[in-house]
Amino acid sequence: MGPPALAAAPGPDRVKELTHFVRQECGFCHGLQLTGGLGSSLTSAALRDKPSEALIAATLYGIPGTAMPGWAPFLSVDDASWIVNTLKKGFPQ
Amino acid sequence: MSTSAKGLATYHGSTPTCKRAAPGASLLDKTAEGLATGTLTAIKRGVAMLCLCAVPALAAASSIPAIMPTGDLGLVVERASGSLLQVNTSRHAILRRIEGLGDLSHASLVFSRDERYAFVFGRDGGLTKIDMLSGAIVKRVIQSGNSIGGAISQDGRIVAAANYTPGGVKFFDADSLELLAEIPTDSKVVGLEDSTDNRFAFSLWENSHGEGEIWVADLSENPREPRITKFPNIGKQPYDALISPDGRWYVAGLFGEKGVAVLDMWHLERGVKRALPDYGKTDPKLPVYKMPHLETWAMVGNLAFIPGVGRHEVVIVDVSTWQQVGAIPVAGQPVFVIARPDGRHLWVNFAFPHYDTVQVIDVEARQIVKTLQPGKAVLHMEFTPRGEAVWLSVRDANRVEIYDTRTQSKRTELPAQAPSGIFFTPRAHRFGL
Repeated sequence: MGPPALAAAPGPDRVKELTHFVRQECGFCHGLQLTGGLGSSLTSAALRDKPSEALIAATLYGIPGTAMPGWAPFLSVDDASWIVNTLKKGFPQ
Repeated sequence: MSTSAKGLATYHGSTPTCKRAAPGASLLDKTAEGLATGTLTAIKRGVAMLCLCAVPALAAASSIPAIMPTGDLGLVVERASGSLLQVNTSRHAILRRIEGLGDLSHASLVFSRDERYAFVFGRDGGLTKIDMLSGAIVKRVIQSGNSIGGAISQDGRIVAAANYTPGGVKFFDADSLELLAEIPTDSKVVGLEDSTDNRFAFSLWENSHGEGEIWVADLSENPREPRITKFPNIGKQPYDALISPDGRWYVAGLFGEKGVAVLDMWHLERGVKRALPDYGKTDPKLPVYKMPHLETWAMVGNLAFIPGVGRHEVVIVDVSTWQQVGAIPVAGQPVFVIARPDGRHLWVNFAFPHYDTVQVIDVEARQIVKTLQPGKAVLHMEFTPRGEAVWLSVRDANRVEIYDTRTQSKRTELPAQAPSGIFFTPRAHRFGL
């Protein structure tokens, strides 16, 4: 996997789906505003200093010992890269 | 306007809306027969009036009667817009939208014992008291940074809120929302439940040693000085809990290991026991996409029907022995397993990606008798008090669907913005709801 910034960007339709996905499905545990809940905060401030590769891996494969599941059956590496990069910048509504 | 003999209601003109209506929001009124006889209402921007001051005009223009009993009312959480829909469960009607409640993701609420007020617990730590008669926000406090739910005491005088950040439980006077007492914890609090004798039980997800705990707060003597009994090391990562309908058994589900933690509220001295040694997440390769809810474990006689964790099954438990006695295969990972009030059927919804489906199980036969596909994403189900109807929130379809539970067929649907939790006022009279 190359640097996340170079990953193929999802198209506009997929971006729309992913935005909804993050707000709604991730929002169950991380909060609709992504400020955290059972899961940790996913705000720009919270993620800025964390390595993207680790965050992408956590998104796809989960974090053992926690409630974070892996979403690889539903997300491609490009999807996960886009999500992580977008979260770091501050996720759109 | 007057209400017809059938109790059917139509809206004309502006939909009664507390505070300001969302731009473009509209409420299509529905009759009991599901006939859309009303008009789509265009809610104008800038109508910043409170319901209280608008009552005379609205009463003339809407279906809200001058005298409104609360026994067939309810609230539907619109999670993304921070609003609630007030509904009437006899007439299958939306009465009004109540706005300005902050972040309502995963919001829940409880009702006062007289069914007049609702106490809404928002994710942003907001605790809001709503008058079910006027639809007005009576009082609103931000009581923490990040909250997950709440409960109300047996005598109705104390509202308790469970918090994630900072962790702990706060107790408020139900009349004034004055803070009575606070119990700080070094963990996120989950599974806060009310029990008998003005006691509350709750669980700590993970203390600083990585262990789960169960605490009981007894407010019977002095609500300002809760007596706390702590049960450490009850298992790893309790994620939710339930109190049995009689208020006696507090049961916490464990995410970090198998089994459940059980506390007999009649006999705290007996301590927390572990039960269902085979119940829980079994396969690390079977991710759990949404934590199941335990608050409403369906109990029929001695049997409890509970969601399998990460498994596509409903687990049957004999609560007289706390042994698993069976399992029913279902369409996905169950989130809610709810018994129709008479106990004959179970209605089950599911986690992502099967959240477009609802299944109905015949308890006697232990078989699925109906599979429904209301659409993405069915987040919650609520029965009317005697169970002739069940309301489903279908988030992405922006509607609430109402089903006849005898035929399991849809009777009507009501528009709602990304609806999640549905709460009917008869919850006021039950433990743990």
